[in-house]
Amino acid sequence: MPAHRPASFGKLTLLPVAPSVWDAVVFALVLGVLALVAFGGRETLQPLAVGAGPISLDPAVLPHYALRTTLRMLAAMAASLVFTFAFGALAAKSRRAEMVLIPMLDVLQSVPVLGFLSFTVTGFMALFPGQVLGVELAAIFAIFTSQAWNMAYSFYHSTKTLPRDLKDLSDSLRLGAWRRFWTLEAPYAAPGLVWNAMISMSGAWFFVVASEAISVGPTTVSLPGVGSYVALAIAQHDLKAVGWAVLTMLAVILLYDQLMFRPLVAWAEKFRLDVSDAEPPRSWALDLFQRADFLRGLFRPVADILSSVASVRMGKPIAAPPALTRAWRSPWTERAWYVVLIAIAVIAAWRAIAFIGGAVGLAEVLHVFVLGFYTLARVAVLIAIASLIWVPAGVWIGLRPRWAERLQPVTQFLAAFPSNLLFPAVVVLIVRFDLTPDIWLSPLMILGAQWYLLFNVIAGTRAFPHDLLEAAASMRVKGWGWWRRVILPGIMPSYVTGAITASGGAWNAAIVAEVANWGDTKLTAHGLGAYIAEHTKDGDLRRVVLGVAVMAVYVVLVNRLFWEPLFMRAARMLRAD
Amino acid sequence: MATAVAARAKGKPLLEIKGLSQTYAKAAADDLLVLEGVDLTVRDGEIVGLLGRSGVGKSSLLRIIAGLTRPKSGEVRWRGRPLAGPSEGIAMVFQSFALFPWLTVLENVELGLEPLGVNSAERRSRSLQAIDLIGLDGFENAYPKELSGGMRQRVGFARGLVMQPELLLMDEPFSALDVLTAETLRTDLIELWSEGKLPLRSLLLVSHSIEEAVLMCDRILLIAGNPGKVAAEIPIDLPHPRNRNDEAFRELVDKVYGRMTNPSGPADKPKAQSAGMDLVLSEVSTNTLAGFLETLAAEPFKGKADLPEIADELTMEIDELFPIAETLALLKLAEVDRGDIRITAPGRRFVESDVDARKKIFAEQLLATVPIVALIRRVLDERPSHRAPYRRFSEELEDFMSEEFAEETLASVVSWGRYAELFSYDEQAQAFSLEDPE
Repeated sequence: MPAHRPASFGKLTLLPVAPSVWDAVVFALVLGVLALVAFGGRETLQPLAVGAGPISLDPAVLPHYALRTTLRMLAAMAASLVFTFAFGALAAKSRRAEMVLIPMLDVLQSVPVLGFLSFTVTGFMALFPGQVLGVELAAIFAIFTSQAWNMAYSFYHSTKTLPRDLKDLSDSLRLGAWRRFWTLEAPYAAPGLVWNAMISMSGAWFFVVASEAISVGPTTVSLPGVGSYVALAIAQHDLKAVGWAVLTMLAVILLYDQLMFRPLVAWAEKFRLDVSDAEPPRSWALDLFQRADFLRGLFRPVADILSSVASVRMGKPIAAPPALTRAWRSPWTERAWYVVLIAIAVIAAWRAIAFIGGAVGLAEVLHVFVLGFYTLARVAVLIAIASLIWVPAGVWIGLRPRWAERLQPVTQFLAAFPSNLLFPAVVVLIVRFDLTPDIWLSPLMILGAQWYLLFNVIAGTRAFPHDLLEAAASMRVKGWGWWRRVILPGIMPSYVTGAITASGGAWNAAIVAEVANWGDTKLTAHGLGAYIAEHTKDGDLRRVVLGVAVMAVYVVLVNRLFWEPLFMRAARMLRAD
Repeated sequence: MATAVAARAKGKPLLEIKGLSQTYAKAAADDLLVLEGVDLTVRDGEIVGLLGRSGVGKSSLLRIIAGLTRPKSGEVRWRGRPLAGPSEGIAMVFQSFALFPWLTVLENVELGLEPLGVNSAERRSRSLQAIDLIGLDGFENAYPKELSGGMRQRVGFARGLVMQPELLLMDEPFSALDVLTAETLRTDLIELWSEGKLPLRSLLLVSHSIEEAVLMCDRILLIAGNPGKVAAEIPIDLPHPRNRNDEAFRELVDKVYGRMTNPSGPADKPKAQSAGMDLVLSEVSTNTLAGFLETLAAEPFKGKADLPEIADELTMEIDELFPIAETLALLKLAEVDRGDIRITAPGRRFVESDVDARKKIFAEQLLATVPIVALIRRVLDERPSHRAPYRRFSEELEDFMSEEFAEETLASVVSWGRYAELFSYDEQAQAFSLEDPE
């Protein structure tokens, strides 16, 4: 019976039924994860006084804290996924929704997440008074806002670029919207979505750490987690505790990467439409799962349930009466839609101005823009310096496949590491040597973001056509000419992609980097980040809104006027046909 | 002739199309037609071929029949009732196979039965039957990427057949395959059809290969013109299996070639002779043109060739051959008539010249015969800056043709103009100019 043939011919398959060693290993892993989730989850329902009890600096509690931090991360990822499917599908299917949603995504992506923490904490605490859940949700929401946007955009983009023949086929088989989503749209989007989720997650460790110890005005809440641990260590001058936290974080990220993302990336390869020659990503954890036949049998019911969800027969959509369809498509509906949009925009702007204007004058607004300019100057200088270091280094590594293979995952890993955990070390140095905060606090902003630059330059160099390198070598193009004529134009699009991510990260980091504490010592640099951070502490929401808005304006403008044109130009130059 | 075909027709009409017109999806002007006044009927028990060159609207027509798009006007009746969207009894096979890479062969084949409410046991048995029939036994659990192109298209056929359609639409199903594989697949399919093993009533095949259409079809409909319409109907009476080297087969192929170069009377002559701004130019490289002229001028053709023969010599399908022949005719470097191509005096001079002289001859012919080239050159000469933006000319063309065709036409103009050294084009600035790069 052909149905029992092994799924693929080349791979080793073990005998069915007889459990293997792998089964035991994987089984233990799964049970362990389930138990941990149950344990960690129960605690969030505790009343505020117990659950958010005093944070301890004892290294023994760190595994527990790490678990809590990780669960927050997972919850946010689940929320992001649901959001992505709803938002992406809506934007891709409805032209009128697309008109609003896509630019909105662009702006949301540029809004500094940390600036929002103050509003959301108050909001969520009001929803669940006296429970840890409210604060937990606020932290999860903060993480969500740091990862949802680019995932939603990736899904939207995939749905817009579905191959026409598969789309036609789905129509001609009359699959229907629901089944089509599970058969075509979701699988087609999977590789891009998994990749974006991974990048999002890297960025999110930074925010999860920053959002655990939240103080808004008089209220200070510390959720049990690695972030709170570090916050307390800073307050108590405990450099050793900071060291423990750094070690814990390293372990957590390593596990997350190996047990979750590497398997996911390797698995999502299956959904790739174009089969490239490049070695597909592999994951030992995924191999483990796929080899454990007994376990696969155990999971089969789950898979069956999922697939029957996908093939639920929805009734035929009720056909709208023709008059309604006509009205919906008429140019008048179109105009009405525009009017509604403009009205909402005007009301929103008016409300915002009224809200901020109540306390802030025009002079202060100008002052905030000047502060924004200081931060802009910092970001620009830092990106320039980081480029000078990491572009040559990245090219050097990218040209040596063996090094690249080993170092690429390392850079990814470094990008994921929450750099704010390392701030205390730098602050100690500044205090010890009495350095100017305006200059020496700045490097903190690029600490985490610089790795995106290196990562992308390595990837770009590896993708550079080998025959072009050989042609250049045979014509003996060397030195500056080689950089200018050969490699720099070749890696330009990758470099710009990395630089956009890095500068976005640097802006966000400004909020935590321009103000730094070590015990009672407080260092402040002049800039927009410091402005937002200070007023968050005071609980002055009007000024926080103003600061966040100005920062968003700066980020959007820099992207529109500088990075995007540069990217288009670079991509066009590189196109071979 | 129409009555003769009707008399031979085997069964009742399944699909009837009357007075169908279709516009371009992305046209600047609303009234640019890709198809106009198309009438056709597909009857129970026949294989009908839609033959024509690319861009003539064959695929648009097929998409309308599949219910994937709606025509601008005209009537499409399926089993006597107006067609509204994808319909039961019509299945489609795609040029690009259109297989889901994340589903196995079996899952790909089963997919279409699910929405019909067929239960899973029956789905399985019907799919295995179809897979067996088309010669894929043993590959049920393979993923498409593990299969060769020919095997993939077999999955495409199995997926169509499992629906047990009355009409199977095939959109150039063999053109993405290599010659040998395509031939095997064609013969297998025709064999199953002649033996009555295919669970379907009729086939509609879109093709750009004359031989393929003559090999497989009971009736060929030539789609030609701009906008496209049914220009001729050619019945093929040969019994299956047909032999390509048969005298009668060769004659039919010659006849179709003749019909395609001169579809019917002067009104439908290729637009090459009408020489206006509505001229759509196909992207043919000057290297190809020169190579073709050289072959034509040399032994054994010595300046005059039968189109099927020279196509055979150069192993070209009509999709490649016709644009070359037409471009040469347009530039008056050759003449095309009733399936023959003959070199002209300028064409012969071109072949005998060296590189620089060739460029000069090409430039002269280009200025004399292609109005848009003459216009670009005139505008550049008149302007003091000797520069003009791309938009200036693309907008002019878009009054007469769709955006895509305007883009293709200007791409040809740029490449020919550069070769002829009539003007240069800056891709970054999107501007034409007279400057010579130093």
